[in-house]
Amino acid sequence: MTTQATTHAGQKGELLLRLKGISKQFGAVTALSDIELDIHAGEVVALVGDNGAGKSTLVKVLAGVHQPSSGTIEYRGRAVSLSSPAAALELGIATVFQDLALCENLDVVANLFLGHEINPWRLDEVQMEVRAWTLLQELAARIPSVREPIASLSGGQRQTVAIARSLLLDPSIIMLDEPTAALGVAQTAEVLNLIERVRDRGHGVILISHNMEDVRAVADRIVVLRLGRNNGTFTAETSQQDLVAAITGANENAVSRRAARHQELTEE
Amino acid sequence: MSQNQISAAAKLDQADSRVRHDEGIAGAIRAFWDRVRSGDLGMLPVLVGLVLISVVFTLLNPVFLAPNNLVNLIFDAAAIGLISLGVVCVLLLGEIDLSIGSMSGLASALIGVLWVNSGLPVAVAVLAALASGAVVGLIYGVLRNRFEMPSFVATLSGLLALLGLQLYLLGATGSINLPYASPLVRFGQILIMPAWLSYLLALLPGLSVVLTGMGTMRRRRAANLSSAGLSVVLARAIILTVALVFCVYYLSLGRGVPWMFGVFVLFVLGLDYALRRTQWGRSMFAVGGNAEAARRSGINVQRIRLSAFVLCSSFAALGGVFSAARLASASQQAGTGDVNLNAIAAAVIGGTSLFGGRGSAWSALLGVIVIQAISNGLTLLNLSSSLRYMITGGVLAIAVIVDSLARRSRASHGRA
Repeated sequence: MTTQATTHAGQKGELLLRLKGISKQFGAVTALSDIELDIHAGEVVALVGDNGAGKSTLVKVLAGVHQPSSGTIEYRGRAVSLSSPAAALELGIATVFQDLALCENLDVVANLFLGHEINPWRLDEVQMEVRAWTLLQELAARIPSVREPIASLSGGQRQTVAIARSLLLDPSIIMLDEPTAALGVAQTAEVLNLIERVRDRGHGVILISHNMEDVRAVADRIVVLRLGRNNGTFTAETSQQDLVAAITGANENAVSRRAARHQELTEE
Repeated sequence: MSQNQISAAAKLDQADSRVRHDEGIAGAIRAFWDRVRSGDLGMLPVLVGLVLISVVFTLLNPVFLAPNNLVNLIFDAAAIGLISLGVVCVLLLGEIDLSIGSMSGLASALIGVLWVNSGLPVAVAVLAALASGAVVGLIYGVLRNRFEMPSFVATLSGLLALLGLQLYLLGATGSINLPYASPLVRFGQILIMPAWLSYLLALLPGLSVVLTGMGTMRRRRAANLSSAGLSVVLARAIILTVALVFCVYYLSLGRGVPWMFGVFVLFVLGLDYALRRTQWGRSMFAVGGNAEAARRSGINVQRIRLSAFVLCSSFAALGGVFSAARLASASQQAGTGDVNLNAIAAAVIGGTSLFGGRGSAWSALLGVIVIQAISNGLTLLNLSSSLRYMITGGVLAIAVIVDSLARRSRASHGRA
């Protein structure tokens, strides 16, 4: 890991990725329209929005799973096309999908190195296992055995394996789609620590989460999507009310009403 | 093992105290038993089945276990076995090829037409047959990848189309006899390995188990990983060697080990290596387990599928060449009847799952021996092919039921 850290990770603040006017249509449905997004090295950008705001679609566009209907993607100032997951990986954009995308019939080592095995014509199982353990220990992961099939692991353990896999190739940008949704308290803290560690090494991190607490804890910028459009960029200092307003699109919303009601009750 | 105990705690892969770490031979047996109980049956059903079949048929007709009958049995097994190797490849992806019988028939027809009728060298005819297999596999792969045609339908139409082509090539005569004195037919009917060579080959697997086992052990020790221990490696090697030497000895009481079977086993070894120890093999299992996950890991799923279909049809073609050699003829009947079912049944009986993602090259070898043993035993009892079909069909059904039950059990025990 450490030996490769210089290859992809950029200078802090260097512009890694720029999305210009990205739109995506699924038939009559417009999932994304005219999205602008910049990712710099050494920063955590949180992508927040309500259900159906287009977060997952944007993730899939960046991961090469979906192709945008229009718009351009620039990687380090160069226009690129992310035509397949392999192309995105090659550029150095790694993704931890919400559904994790692990092969349940293969063991942890095989999943970690899937598609990037050491020594393709004579798999080097020993070296792969050593690197798997080293990586998992770096992440302070609690995986009982790397030779058990993924099917025998718990949800949190699978999440850890998925994150470890994304880091294996030392990407310049790592995208995490709801990484803490299935995790316990300690593991959530571990993942947040991990995100900071990854950022400090000069990677760009895109964090998609519904959990505002997690987002505020690590994000340098908070980009809000609403109904497939940009709806403002905020920082961790922004008030909860403003963020919720941007996400829901109104100052008057269920969250604010609830907060107000709660306040009235406590004041009585 | 006592000195191991001290260092075990520091081992990279044994730091977690929640996991039991089995050591030595007793540990290996215990781990095996745990696997079986959770539904990871591996080769066990097929071995039990073989013992049952042998006992029943020997009781009904003692000739069944006679050395020369077994030599005949494995002579017959080689062709279907090769076809079954290809089936393993497509089953691993959760696909199927129903046209393997027709493909093997077409290959044998090509041998007859190109070699006997047109007078081309036999090697050219064999290569042409193999190439036709590769092309057919390519077509299936493209149909699957480009048009997302289920392989079930694509190969079902292929079954008919290839059979038609076979009948067309053979024309009015319907059957072409291959010359008895030719090397190809001698290979299919007579050629036996010299005894010293077969004994030597029987020693090799045990030796390689010891050598690779010790190499792996050394490397794992150096990397601070736990290792299986010398006793387990030696026990495996000894069991393997004793079993193989006994097989060779027993077959040598009759005519000996046929070259044809030897070549088949060579292909099994080759495919086994490719599936277990190469990136391609890992990708095959990944695509069979979760194609979308494989795609997102950067695996070219379409190319993997293409390779599986090409391999399957090519193996079917080679099997067709072998069976033409075995029968010394290329006929309209070649590849029809129960060839299709037997080859698929062999792979499934041997433990390759119909649901994709699980299996091994060895399942073709073990499965085809079971299938051939049944067919051979029933023939010895002078039972008509009507009964043979029914019984083989029943055995396939049982194998699929075992596969499904084991899968359910694995799911409830947290194994894929």
